[in-house]
Amino acid sequence: MRRGTPQIMEFREGIPGPAVGRTSRPELGHHAAFAALGETSFANYVAATQPHLLPSPPQFDAPRGGRAPSPEQLGVPHGTTIVALQFAEGVVIAGDRRATAGNVIAQRDIEKIFITDAYSAVGIAGSAGIAIEMVRLYTVELEHYEKIEGVPMSLDGKANRLAGMVRGNLGAAMQGFVVVPLFAGYDTEEPDPAKAGRIVTYDPTGGRYDEWLGYHAVGSGSVFAKSSLKKLHRTSADLQTTVRTAVEALYDAADDDTATGGPDTVRKIYPVVVSITGADGAVRRSDEELAAVVDSVIAGRAENPGG
Amino acid sequence: MTMPFYSSVDQLLRDRSEIARKGISRGRSVVVQSFADGVLFVAENHSSALNKVSEIYDRIGFAAVGRYNELESLRTAGIRLADSRGFSYDRRDVTGRWLANTYAQFIGAAFIEQQKPYEVEICLAEVGATQELDQLYRITYDGSILDESSYIVMGGQTEPISEKVKDVWTAGHDLGEAIAAALEGLQVPGAAPGNGAAEARVLGESALEVAVLDRGRPGRSFRRIKGAPLRALLPAANRGEADTEPEIRGGDDAPAGGQE
Repeated sequence: MRRGTPQIMEFREGIPGPAVGRTSRPELGHHAAFAALGETSFANYVAATQPHLLPSPPQFDAPRGGRAPSPEQLGVPHGTTIVALQFAEGVVIAGDRRATAGNVIAQRDIEKIFITDAYSAVGIAGSAGIAIEMVRLYTVELEHYEKIEGVPMSLDGKANRLAGMVRGNLGAAMQGFVVVPLFAGYDTEEPDPAKAGRIVTYDPTGGRYDEWLGYHAVGSGSVFAKSSLKKLHRTSADLQTTVRTAVEALYDAADDDTATGGPDTVRKIYPVVVSITGADGAVRRSDEELAAVVDSVIAGRAENPGG
Repeated sequence: MTMPFYSSVDQLLRDRSEIARKGISRGRSVVVQSFADGVLFVAENHSSALNKVSEIYDRIGFAAVGRYNELESLRTAGIRLADSRGFSYDRRDVTGRWLANTYAQFIGAAFIEQQKPYEVEICLAEVGATQELDQLYRITYDGSILDESSYIVMGGQTEPISEKVKDVWTAGHDLGEAIAAALEGLQVPGAAPGNGAAEARVLGESALEVAVLDRGRPGRSFRRIKGAPLRALLPAANRGEADTEPEIRGGDDAPAGGQE
């Protein structure tokens, strides 16, 4: 190493400066972690250093000389109905517990609602494998940002990051492996709790749509769930009523859609319900609480099957 | 044609050690200690925005002294490494021992290969299920690594602070007692940055950065303590305003190759 001539001064990896002396090998291994200054996105970091870990790797190609198998042929599990309801103190998101593969029930106690950080949750419909992996990456993404920046991501930032991930799955979606998440969050910067609960929906191309009407549903049973919510849900309702309305909507979806599972009182499998409020953040409602709600919904339906 | 200067490896490493040690010794100190309910970080830090203590992962925290830009890049790298390991394996597979080793490798390699070594000293703390299982790793500018289970003092004038903390540290302290013990150390005469003022100081809430890894908290155990909750935990003498700071720049804000 020659010393004393400034133009060949060495710079530490990742620090901007003359590229002299820096090797052109890709930034792999743990050295990459010490480079990449100012990058706060975990997903971008993974994409640059370990792309094979992404939920849908970029090389998602059809096999040569033949058609790619459809999700049905592969027997890939499919998630179904998710509902989200905005109410006076925040937002509630709930999902049934069934995953299907064609006409078969692939799993009867799958969980499709995930708490992604202290004030947000995501429900997933579509190809379960890719969707769960996407939410796992998304959860780390939010935590990573929060740790590096020292403050949580803004609610709109969170919604946009999820849109980016759905868009990243477009190649797989074109082959039938569609993932449609439903985002529910509480905007801690919004002073009015009645407006702080937010619902965001997506299309497979990564389009992001804010739902301002107070409720939304995705998945195969969503048509029936939405009809139910339209009649039952009031955004001025309290938490207890909103949880019950969510369970009613899932019951209606299960009633008319074969791919949506109703509450299973025999095996004690109840819908997953997460409430997000300013006071308590994202909380998964307990099985005991849901057992009581489900019992009263079923008792109501025994009198009048239409609800 | 110019001929390269010859300098012996021995001389080169000694020079680098001197640079690093000088940089670190100008800074303000940090005390990390294990206590009954977790691991406590107490840093003397007059900035409310630039942190010296940070969360890395569920059970792992980070504290550093020295040049801010360098410790920030090391901190970020630690979070990246931990998150990607937790994502590709499992959250349980992210251990303090692994991360401390990775840091030591990287800082050690930088010390040998780079012109300027890292002017930082870092502590990685991992909170265990019981106090006996707490692990504190200290990694110095040359990549050496030491593990402790009781306390670590890093920064400027560490000797008087270490002596004091050694006397007052006991296993089984609660949070208030542990903070008081750390403060006794940081306020000891001769512990001020720079040449070390001879008289004892009083560090108020605004001069402290306090955080814990909470043993009883599932998942992410790191928690900052500031504002009113911190004031309530401080010894009575520290609840007022901090003593005025002598006009000495810490290692974190001194220019590179700065004044003696």
